[in-house]
Amino acid sequence: MSVDLNSRPRFAAGCRMGENNNQRVLLMPERALRLNGPSLEIVSRCDGKHTVAQIVGELQLLYSKAEPRKVEQDIVGYLALLHKERALDFEP
Amino acid sequence: MPTTAANPLALVAELTHRCPLHCVYCSNPLELQSRANELSTGTWSRVFKEAAEAGALQADFTGGEPLARPDIVELVRNARAVGLYVSLITSGLPLDEVKLDLLIGAGLDHFQLSFQGAREETANEISGAKSHQHKLRVLEWIKRYRIGLTLNFVIHRRNIDELEEMLAIVYNSGPGSVEFASVQYYGWAFANRENLLPTRQQLDYCIERLDRAEEELRGKTRVVFVVPDYYAKYPKPCVGGWGRKLMLITPSGDALPCHAAPVIPGLKFENVKNRSLGEIWGHSEAFERFRGEDWMKEPCKSCERRTQDFGGCRCQAMLLAADPAATDPVCTLAPERPKIDAILAKTNQSQRGVSAAAPATNRLATPDWLYRPNPA
Repeated sequence: MSVDLNSRPRFAAGCRMGENNNQRVLLMPERALRLNGPSLEIVSRCDGKHTVAQIVGELQLLYSKAEPRKVEQDIVGYLALLHKERALDFEP
Repeated sequence: MPTTAANPLALVAELTHRCPLHCVYCSNPLELQSRANELSTGTWSRVFKEAAEAGALQADFTGGEPLARPDIVELVRNARAVGLYVSLITSGLPLDEVKLDLLIGAGLDHFQLSFQGAREETANEISGAKSHQHKLRVLEWIKRYRIGLTLNFVIHRRNIDELEEMLAIVYNSGPGSVEFASVQYYGWAFANRENLLPTRQQLDYCIERLDRAEEELRGKTRVVFVVPDYYAKYPKPCVGGWGRKLMLITPSGDALPCHAAPVIPGLKFENVKNRSLGEIWGHSEAFERFRGEDWMKEPCKSCERRTQDFGGCRCQAMLLAADPAATDPVCTLAPERPKIDAILAKTNQSQRGVSAAAPATNRLATPDWLYRPNPA
């Protein structure tokens, strides 16, 4: 699916952040996803307030050594995957 | 042990064996625990805390029917308070709107609602109770909340032909995920296997239809299909590997690596009333017995798939090969595989024979089910 840069990702029903032994995780029905580095930075911004474009902008600053176009592609790809796995919804 | 235990990821809490349903494939043991032997609220709450301390992320409340526990709201609250993600695996039967609201208020994360069929007569036959209409009502109530929802359809020969109608329930209710879980043959299902195992033709239809459903529902509902492992080429990675990911606590507090583990003779289970969960997980005979690879025989021992399927299911090896350390007999590399092939041949043979000769009404005659009773 194509991700709208102006949409605001938020956790799908039944999904939330959790933590155990200092490891942040995204908890989902029947599954959990370990979050480290960039994945943690992305997922913790999926609060229904940040737009995809804002998340991209903030991570481009955070990972300023990476090629900005590549950062955007990676984020959009990751969000699409989380949406397919029913971890995220995109609010208008 | 050469293999150190990683954290358990999930605690499966069999809160009770009491249940208003009598499903002919119930995964509970043939010997059910009575209410008098059930763990107290306090002991369960300690178990949740110990599970979280041992590294578990999820608690799956199941049974029996977990809602049969009068303290269910308190148990949800206490499991959630120690940081666990709480799922309720339920028939929905003892639920009303007030209880639902209390459960969600207590922090319930995820509802897994089971369905025995799409048609009332089938569902009621399989569950040995009038249950289907109430489940549909429960589904309407749950939809008012923003909570994780999985529909679980247990699939077998008697209801697989209702797949289209099951999908209609999914399309109408829009859950986050749906599982079409084929019956696996342990416990009550093992006793009723002859009437439950689907035919190859039914299975092929199911696979094809669910492939399409997955496309249609992409981004709305995640579709999970669990094939009956008798038809698989390689075994399932049972419980994600013995003593590797989950631990199950029975209503009376025995800690099991797998719900069917009591079929393995001589395996001693420790009870959470006597030892902490973390100790039982890390150092106990039952959890260490088939952890890692030391116990494996050929063809598993040198098989490159051993890190994916862990040799399959120990309980199934016991049930079908009379040796819990044998390769799971469903594996096409297993020496005991011809037994499975013979069962499949019989299933597909008799089905063909019947459908050719007998009228449709005979074909649908109710089998002589062995129903799961309710414990005292």
